[in-house]
Amino acid sequence: MAPGTMAAEPGHGSGPGDSPKGPEAEAPERRRKAHGMLKLYYGLSEGEAAGRPAGTDPLDPTDLNGAHFDPEVYLDKLRRECPLAQLMDSETDMVRQIRALDSDMQTLVYENYNKFISATDTIRKMKNDFRKMEDEMDRLATNMAVITDFSARISATLQDRHERITKLAGVHALLRKLQFLFELPSRLTKCVELGAYGQAVRYQGRAQAVLQQYQHLPSFRAIQDDCQVITARLVQQLRQRFREGGSGAPEQAECVELLLALGEPAEELCEEFLAHARGRLEEELRSLEAELGPSPPAPDVLEFTDHGGSGFVGGLCQVAAAYQELFAAQGPAGAEKLAAFARELGGCYFALVERRLAQEQGGGDNSLLVRALDRFHRRLRAPGALLAAAGLAEAATEIVERVARERLGYHLQGLRAAFLGCLTDVRQALAAPRLAGKEGPGLAELLANVASSILSHIKASLAAVHLFTAKEVSFSNKPYFRGEFCSQGVREGLIVSFIRSMCQTAQSFCDSPGEKGGATPPALLLLLSRLCLDYETATISYILTLTDEQFLVQDQSPVTPVSTLCAEARETARRLLTHYVKVQGLVISQMLRKSVETRDWLSTLEPRNVRAVMKRVVEDTTAIDVQVGLLYEEGVRKAQSSDSSKRTFSVYSSSRQQGRYAPSYTPSAPMDTNLLSNIQKLFSERIDVFSPVEFNKVSVLTGIIKISLKTLLECVRLRTFGRFGLQQVQVDCHFLQLYLWRFVADEELVHLLLDEVVASAALRCPDPVPMEPSVVEVICERG
Amino acid sequence: MCMPFPSLLQARALTPQTAETDAIRFLVGTQSLKYDNQIHIIDFDDENNIINKNVLLHQVGEIWHISTSPADKGVLATCYNRSKWGFPTGFVLLMGQSSDSRVLTCAAVWRMPKELESGSHESPDDSSSTAQTLELLCHLDNTAHGNMACVTWEPMGDGKKVISLADNHILLWDLQESSSQAVLASSASLEGKGQLKFTSGRWSPHHNCTQVATANDSALRGWDTRSMSQIYCIENAHGQLVRDLDFNPNKQYYLASCGDDCKVKFWDTRNVTEPVKTLEEHSHWVWNVRYNHSHDQLVLTGSSDSRVILSNMVSISSEPFGHLVDDDDISDQEDHPPEEKSKEPLQDNVIATYEEHEDSVYAVEWSSADPWLFASLSYDGRLVINRVPRALKYHILL
Repeated sequence: MAPGTMAAEPGHGSGPGDSPKGPEAEAPERRRKAHGMLKLYYGLSEGEAAGRPAGTDPLDPTDLNGAHFDPEVYLDKLRRECPLAQLMDSETDMVRQIRALDSDMQTLVYENYNKFISATDTIRKMKNDFRKMEDEMDRLATNMAVITDFSARISATLQDRHERITKLAGVHALLRKLQFLFELPSRLTKCVELGAYGQAVRYQGRAQAVLQQYQHLPSFRAIQDDCQVITARLVQQLRQRFREGGSGAPEQAECVELLLALGEPAEELCEEFLAHARGRLEEELRSLEAELGPSPPAPDVLEFTDHGGSGFVGGLCQVAAAYQELFAAQGPAGAEKLAAFARELGGCYFALVERRLAQEQGGGDNSLLVRALDRFHRRLRAPGALLAAAGLAEAATEIVERVARERLGYHLQGLRAAFLGCLTDVRQALAAPRLAGKEGPGLAELLANVASSILSHIKASLAAVHLFTAKEVSFSNKPYFRGEFCSQGVREGLIVSFIRSMCQTAQSFCDSPGEKGGATPPALLLLLSRLCLDYETATISYILTLTDEQFLVQDQSPVTPVSTLCAEARETARRLLTHYVKVQGLVISQMLRKSVETRDWLSTLEPRNVRAVMKRVVEDTTAIDVQVGLLYEEGVRKAQSSDSSKRTFSVYSSSRQQGRYAPSYTPSAPMDTNLLSNIQKLFSERIDVFSPVEFNKVSVLTGIIKISLKTLLECVRLRTFGRFGLQQVQVDCHFLQLYLWRFVADEELVHLLLDEVVASAALRCPDPVPMEPSVVEVICERG
Repeated sequence: MCMPFPSLLQARALTPQTAETDAIRFLVGTQSLKYDNQIHIIDFDDENNIINKNVLLHQVGEIWHISTSPADKGVLATCYNRSKWGFPTGFVLLMGQSSDSRVLTCAAVWRMPKELESGSHESPDDSSSTAQTLELLCHLDNTAHGNMACVTWEPMGDGKKVISLADNHILLWDLQESSSQAVLASSASLEGKGQLKFTSGRWSPHHNCTQVATANDSALRGWDTRSMSQIYCIENAHGQLVRDLDFNPNKQYYLASCGDDCKVKFWDTRNVTEPVKTLEEHSHWVWNVRYNHSHDQLVLTGSSDSRVILSNMVSISSEPFGHLVDDDDISDQEDHPPEEKSKEPLQDNVIATYEEHEDSVYAVEWSSADPWLFASLSYDGRLVINRVPRALKYHILL
């Protein structure tokens, strides 16, 4: 088949639908036929059956099987409508059907005959049986009537006896209760005597209501009175026991329980309970206070907190637990009362602990203190949990924090004192007379000693303070100890403060009134300066790293950065060194100034020698050079002089001197000096006499020499010189030039200043006749 | 404005012509051992920016200090070294060795020629060539007292009273008969161990001009001119020698001092233990300190580091909050200074550092005529005239 036709197939529509219609239509037809026959059998009209097919009219009189069949109509119809043949066929058919029906009927009758007969027999038998049963039933009815009659009669006779028995039973019960009541006082007494308070309270509880109800009856009233007396005694005894309290908290709790059952007012009991507990706890506190004593405390702080912990805090815990158990019904008011109680006593306890801890403040042993604090804090966690409202744990934490803070302050003081102690040691060491050769290593050694001693002190303090944050210590996980203590407390409060105070102490030496150089030994200034510089370069960052490592600072609060501290230390070092330069410069300046001011330069004799004071100046400068060299590095010189030996310098300087001085000293051209120095100044840089110093030996020495020579210049300008006076200045300056160049960064500077001194002296001389440079050299070399 | 001396003579002495209040005039004394010393009268023509110079010969010797009379324009006093070695130097020196080897610094009062008394604007070239001489009025005889360090005139007076400092003596002179005769009115001397020597002194314009302050070594002392007794003493005012001092013209107890410790210190003489303020701007000895005559917040200092520094010391001046109050209220303001404190105090600061000099500056002075003008003198003879910066001037005035 082509696909096209297949597609066209559904278009026909009816095809598949028709075929099932046939059997479906036939099936009800057949069923109806069977129904019809059954209905026929049971005499039901066809018409009552629903849904007859239209083709067969039930009322059709021609229907052979219909109910309304009329043989006449049927015959008429047949005769009129049918031909003969058909009539014949109908006749034969009819006859055959009649015969069939007859035989069917016969068969049915035969088949059912026996059944009919046996049924008839059964019915007959049943008839007989029923008759017999009827008689039996009648007899039963009669008997029953008799029984009922008897029963009624018996009940009537037993009625009033039953009532009497019930009454008697009631009386009996009542009598038993009464007996109990009457016996109650004696029972109670007995119970009280035996100490069976619980039993007594139970009896009392049972009788209470009844007695209450019948108290209008005199006898009951008497009982009640007795009972009340006994109960009062009972209460009294209970209270007595409660008060004595020797038997311990559990029994006390029992007492309270009984008293509550006896209807004592709970509030009053609360009060009494607490008052009693207070007595005991105060006893504990008193014993603690006795330990505190006015005399130095015998037991150490650990023992003290142990006592406090076991005695007071343990007691408080028991009280709180018992109270909460007993007076749980009291609700928030009761809890509040307990909290207030705990707060008050806790306050006393804390005051004692603080007093004890205050005594500990001076002591050095941190581990003991921390352990004591740990115990103290740990102990208070239990009541803290029990009595959150009393805030004991918080208060304890606060105390611990306070102590920690105080410890930090104590350690800071300790560090400061240690630093000052170091300084005193250094002063003593510097002041102590020593062999001349010994001085050298002394200063560096002293510096090392001071540095190591301070560092070890810092480390010791850190270690001591570190105990507060140890893992096993109960309060170390408090936020304060994790954050603020580490950052603000230890890092800022201890380490940074110490470094700052160190710098300040050092700086105070610069501001001391001893500007005349007496107060602080210059060597100390130098040493401190070097110490600060060392701090700037290494120690500060080392200490802070150490701190940060030991105390893992989690706090985000701002901390002083290392750079700031370093800058401060550097500034201190710089100021100290500058001050050192000033002091040493002043010492030499004073020498030079005295030497110029006190001499009569007009009447001086022709110079034969370098003046002793100049030798002294060179000696002192050399000593300073040695001193500074011990602590500071050499520093940089200008290249030109770095490899010039003394000899070459002296040649160089003398030739230079000739070139510069000689023309200026001739009387014919006195202005030239001035002009020359002016021109020279134009091209030379301005010399800052008191300029800041760098951290090296050369710079320090340059500073000192600058100050000294400038002083010399100014002093020379204030004097008037004779010819020989000028020549003496010439000799002195040449001598200084010979020996001072090696100390300074730029030897040109020394030349310049000395040139100016000589030029000024020449100006201040009415008769400027300079000495021959060769003679000057000879004198200087001889001296 | 710089004016180097053409003669290239050294100079230390500088003073304004105190009695002159119209023209800007300074007097400079030279210091030379070999030549005739001179007094240069410097006129500054503010409008035309011209400097005129007249020269007076001062033949008696080199000038260490100079001061002018507050009453008479023509009268001045100098301290000088007698120039014994004018010519044949060697001879004098030889003689000197035997007889008077010490150089003695003397003081004298002089009168300048009439035509130079007030600012003359004649051609300066002529006058310098034909130098005129000073007329000697009188000597302040100090043979018994030692070297004269300085002469200071009674500030508000009639030019009749002068105080001079000679070694450890303080001498009060009466100038009589139109200054032709100096009579020692009273004197006092400083006693103590060692060789005490006054370095400088100023006469206070307050208290009816009865107080003088002097400096010796590191101490400052106040004197009452009536009894010639010491009224206060600031021991160790400076770490080293005190070089100069000056009184605040508007606050009677305030004075400034300077010295070899490179510091300038301001004192309240009622409390001598602590300076009110300390400045440390110079890098060498400070030789001179001067308050501005009308605006005492302006302080001028000269130092041997060749710098001149003008500082604005507002916080300790008589106008600590600027010139905010009307003139009518000034009296009130003085009565209630604490209430005024609520206004924001101005900052003390250095206004300017002048580095025109190439040698040590030994003298600075404000002009007596123009409060915004000052002169400084360095050892090489260079005189520099400067003005207070215009911005600051307006800030103070407005």
